[in-house]
Amino acid sequence: MVAFLIRRFVGMVLVLIAVSFIVFLIFIVVPGGDPAQRIAGRTATAQNIENIRHDWGFDQPFYVQYKDMMQKAFTNDLVSYSNQTEVVTQIKQGLPATFSLAIGAGIIWLFWGIVVGVFSAVRAGRWSDRLVTVLALIGISMPVFWLGLIVRYYLAEGGITTFFPDGGYVPLTENPVQWFSHLVLPWTVLSVLFIGFYGRVLRGNILDSINEDYVRTARAKGLNPQRVMVKHVLRNSLIPIVTLFGLDFAAVLGGGAILTETVFDLHGVGQYAADAIGSFDLPPIMGVTLFGAFFIVFFSAVVDAFYALLDPRIRPT
Amino acid sequence: MAERLLEVDGLKVQFATEDGVVRAVDGVDFTLDRGKVLGIVGESGSGKSVTAMTLLGLTRDKNTIFEGEVRYKGQSLLDLPESKLQEIRGNELAMIFQDPMTSMNPVYRVGDQIVEAITTHEDISSRDAKRRAVELLKQVGIPNPERRVDDYPHQFSGGMRQRAMIAMALANNPDVLIADEPTTALDVTIQAQIIELIDRLKDDFNSAVILITHDLGVVAEVADEIIVMYAGRVVEHGGKRPVFYDPQHPYAWGLLGSIPRLDRPRPEKLASIKGAPPSLINPPRGCKFRPRCPHAFEKCHEEPPLANRVEDPGHLDRCWLSVEQKRELREATIRGEVVA
Repeated sequence: MVAFLIRRFVGMVLVLIAVSFIVFLIFIVVPGGDPAQRIAGRTATAQNIENIRHDWGFDQPFYVQYKDMMQKAFTNDLVSYSNQTEVVTQIKQGLPATFSLAIGAGIIWLFWGIVVGVFSAVRAGRWSDRLVTVLALIGISMPVFWLGLIVRYYLAEGGITTFFPDGGYVPLTENPVQWFSHLVLPWTVLSVLFIGFYGRVLRGNILDSINEDYVRTARAKGLNPQRVMVKHVLRNSLIPIVTLFGLDFAAVLGGGAILTETVFDLHGVGQYAADAIGSFDLPPIMGVTLFGAFFIVFFSAVVDAFYALLDPRIRPT
Repeated sequence: MAERLLEVDGLKVQFATEDGVVRAVDGVDFTLDRGKVLGIVGESGSGKSVTAMTLLGLTRDKNTIFEGEVRYKGQSLLDLPESKLQEIRGNELAMIFQDPMTSMNPVYRVGDQIVEAITTHEDISSRDAKRRAVELLKQVGIPNPERRVDDYPHQFSGGMRQRAMIAMALANNPDVLIADEPTTALDVTIQAQIIELIDRLKDDFNSAVILITHDLGVVAEVADEIIVMYAGRVVEHGGKRPVFYDPQHPYAWGLLGSIPRLDRPRPEKLASIKGAPPSLINPPRGCKFRPRCPHAFEKCHEEPPLANRVEDPGHLDRCWLSVEQKRELREATIRGEVVA
């Protein structure tokens, strides 16, 4: 167990170094990326730009710049090139909205994904399964930015009703009811894709497991169909879903729901990333990328731990 | 006279598939009394497993059609509602399967799977159920059962898993134990042990056994009665000795010829039955074994009935050859000297 944790921790550090280095390199290589020019503005003289370049260390070799940036990232000194705000502070400000979005949506899509998967597997081949399959494929195919805008237009801006608030985020501590009503649409929109996808994957897993010999054994023991389904089929079919959920949830938690956050103007980490990408601002991009990569790596370790819990065959003995 | 447990009468099982109707079982009759062992022998696709699964209602499906009668202690099982059947399944009729490596759920402890079998049919505390699971594991010869009861299936060897499967099947002291190829996936050295175990436990638990196998050698030891199945039908049915020493159907000769034997001169080559079992969607006309039979003649285009043709009244077969012809042709066929 200790060896496992140490191994995962070392792996995590290596992945974060690799990710940050690649992001840094991309930024240096792409044209138009000279940050000194951006900081100096449109009317700057060549001397101005030169001074900025020197002051910010842009004239140093790239590995020195990389080292400086990494140091700053972990001492809360990383500031945006475009408005000089502290990156870590900005990310922290975005956390409540992003976490609220991720946790709420995660619960919704996991629950409904399982419901859809079980329902269509149990009714496999009947018209209700086909209907659910079509709905799931529609859900998977609808782009989030499109669905988000449509939902906003019809349900918040008066296309049909103005029942839901039109974007924005209200902290939970400030007003729980408002917090909830502001998040209902983003949760739903973000979940639709995942529900369809998880439902399809789970349906396939269940239909595979249902033909396993141990399921026949369970039936031969005289268990009722519900118990066979829950205890013997579903338990084994859910193992791959755990992997999917761990990584998808980590991505959304780490600011990966860029489109949903932006469409609903939640001011979370994802929207911060979108703004930074729009203004070609390396420090926030670096900050958010490391932040997101951390969650992905962390949750993949959690998934592995869960795996061992769910399947005794891969437990270390 | 021993109590009659099972009566199977003209059982037919058909599966509607996209390619057509599969006549998996096409007329099977037998009875089973307490304390007896019935061997059902045939190659893959002969309908023996489907027959067994049907007894437990495990072939029920909207695409399955049943005909005939299956009575357990006089109660018709084919029309029994699913919930009633669940009470009998695993309780009064229990089954063990071919592959012990995959027949247990890998994510639950062996003991918990036995406990589940007990608590499904009996209102009993889980502590008492676990105590019984340990006792059962001991009875089937698992060493150190107090400790092994908490193991997972992957920590058991193949032979031990099959013993655990037997323990699970016997957990509720069933009247009938159906063993579907219980030794096929095991090492030869373990096979005999498992068969002996089943035979011994049958007496301990006062049950009857249906032993399904493709290997006549397996039933030779323990069966009281033998049914030979081919293409969903019974082709020969009789006591163990008559079927072994006076086999009437050429298919049974083929099966006998394909077992290596130490008590006979060694043949150059182990005999085999040429060809493959017929399609069950479009079976051949007349005798189903005709295309593979070395002795087929004109009359075989007509289906022979399952009838008694020898002196022993309990010995039935489905072949047009005269008894004299059969006794004459048999030895050479078993030795593999006559092929189709």
